[in-house]
Amino acid sequence: MSIRERLSGNEAVAYAMRQIDPDVMGAFPITPSTEIPQIYSRYIADGLVGTEFIAVESEHSALSTCIGAEAAGARAVTATSSAGLAFMWELLHVASSSRLPITLACVCRALTGPININNDHSDSMNARDAGWIQIYAENNQEAYDNYLQAMPIAERSEVRLPIMVCQDGFITSHSVENIELLEDETVKAFVGSYEPENYLLKHDNPLAVGPYGVSSYYMEAKMAQAQAMVCAKQAILETGQRFGDLSGRYYGLFEAYRMEDAETAIVLIGSSAGTARVCVDRLRAQGRKAGMVKVRVYRPFPGEELADALKGVKAVAVMDKCESFSTHGGPLGAEVRSALYDASVHPLLINYVYGLGGRDFAVTDCETVFNALDEAVAADSAKPVYRHLGQRGGDLSGL
Amino acid sequence: MAYNLKQELNKPERFLGGHRLCAGCGCGITVRAVLRALKEEDRAVIANATGCLEVSSFMYPYTAWQDSYIHTAFENAAATCSGVEAAYNALKRRGKIDDTYKFITFGGDGGTYDIGLQSLSGAMERGHDMVYVCYDNEAYMNTGIQRSSSTPRFSDSTTTPVGAVQQGKSQNKKNLTEIMVAHGIPYVAQTTFLGNLRDLHEKSRKAIYTPGAAFLNVLSPCPRGWRYPAEDIAAVVKAAVDCCVWPMFEVDHGVYHLTYEPRRKLPVEKYLRLQGRFAHCFKSGNEWMIEQTQQWVDAQWEALLEKCE
Repeated sequence: MSIRERLSGNEAVAYAMRQIDPDVMGAFPITPSTEIPQIYSRYIADGLVGTEFIAVESEHSALSTCIGAEAAGARAVTATSSAGLAFMWELLHVASSSRLPITLACVCRALTGPININNDHSDSMNARDAGWIQIYAENNQEAYDNYLQAMPIAERSEVRLPIMVCQDGFITSHSVENIELLEDETVKAFVGSYEPENYLLKHDNPLAVGPYGVSSYYMEAKMAQAQAMVCAKQAILETGQRFGDLSGRYYGLFEAYRMEDAETAIVLIGSSAGTARVCVDRLRAQGRKAGMVKVRVYRPFPGEELADALKGVKAVAVMDKCESFSTHGGPLGAEVRSALYDASVHPLLINYVYGLGGRDFAVTDCETVFNALDEAVAADSAKPVYRHLGQRGGDLSGL
Repeated sequence: MAYNLKQELNKPERFLGGHRLCAGCGCGITVRAVLRALKEEDRAVIANATGCLEVSSFMYPYTAWQDSYIHTAFENAAATCSGVEAAYNALKRRGKIDDTYKFITFGGDGGTYDIGLQSLSGAMERGHDMVYVCYDNEAYMNTGIQRSSSTPRFSDSTTTPVGAVQQGKSQNKKNLTEIMVAHGIPYVAQTTFLGNLRDLHEKSRKAIYTPGAAFLNVLSPCPRGWRYPAEDIAAVVKAAVDCCVWPMFEVDHGVYHLTYEPRRKLPVEKYLRLQGRFAHCFKSGNEWMIEQTQQWVDAQWEALLEKCE
């Protein structure tokens, strides 16, 4: 039996954590993820979980304690945002190269400069090449569901990679929505226990973790990580299927919405999908063949699958909630464009940078994007292919 | 049971030969001595900051460590160790393991006085049942003898070179041991490998088996960085303690004990003269350097004696 509740995204993740009852949590407060360790501390104070909660002096130490704990044979979790994730940067790579399936709840927030506490994806996108699996949620339900799937994906022996379960700061983390929760026992059975093959506290065989890897070994270590990320895709699909069988909510690599006969499409990540879905419905009502692709899994990147989903459209807008300062687009735009290069047909593609630092993305903004796609189709040109949306003044000059 | 070095040396080694530390390296002596203080039946997990010890002892696919070992980065060895300790507590409580484990972290002065100070302070303040051992060789030796906040004043390092207008490092050594005492943890000690290593052994034993967080600061000379013949290491540490440059003391639950008092306190130049890093102090016209070093050492020593009374 599922439980009907009303929870915020942060509450939903903390609730999932309580149901899983991990061995160790290392955490440090940072807006907007602070509530997760805060709510969890209450569970500890009330004796509802057996977790060792380490209230560390920084995010750097939060991830360091998780690495130590996971290497020791424990299931370790943390939560952070923005500057906190940036401060973990070095250790993100240590966690993935040490093949430790730590679960990190990332409540996405803009990076400082200027300081800003609102949502965009500059924190998690900056960590995209750190060797972590990244799964993004559109809403509270998905934040909860993704969190429950994180460990069954990450801990598989052919994967053993850390995983970031991302949701949008404030928009998702602080908005209270209706949610369907699973029973504690159902969750425990679904997630299972963590049974690593080798760990520091193993009785029979001591383990050494974190070697100096000289040139004759380093590349093989990186190949092993890359191979694990290849294997993660299948693990994500199978886990999404198994979760669907349990809950009725099935998950894949991305959601294709009204894409069957779409002529223009928008590709995006996270909470903006709710807005885009409304926009697509409105355009469809006007007889315009619009569709949406909501990317759920960014690492491993579903390149071939996305190219296949976009093969029928005439023009596509790829939306980045992150500026990469490359002068030719954001990270999602670059990767979708790259995936399409190998496909037999190429739609026109405009890459928008939008929603930075909490800049609103309304249905009307989404309509602006689809209008631009229609213009591109009419002109048979997507130029300029790198644009910004919703800012004061004009777009970049000199492109 | 009275301490007997011969007996101690007959214990199975937990840090094996074949590692790539330099001949005469102080840190290897420190590590072996600390690990000998473990009861043979107890298991241990060793955490290690990036540095000479790490790159020399765990070069894939070889490890010199008989116990489980983890290296993650330069600045976070204490936090890493605290995570291992927390995992131990959780798994033990859940009946997943039943061995007795001890947790020991090794870091050089760079990883301890400088870049790892925040992580160390956090782990000590949280009171994890672990020992942090600083093998203090007074500079970033692994990267090639750059100054740290532990490097003594006037020391010639590669980032405080002696030149026409600069005479080595211009700041005094940070007193990290006192900073650790200020954390109010159960056990803090400063030592080195003097004579038959009894002092180091006993302090290690106490540090490992006192419940809660403990900190050991072990002067561990580096023949390359300090520029003395490797075989003279025993004379160098003896001079360090007899000149009161490196007093040996412990702070056990807040109570100071001086564990070695030189029969006759020697002038600091006896220590400085043994090392090439201070050679310029002995040039004509530089007598003031030795005088000021003496004044500083005396002041530190007097302040310590007052606390030990």
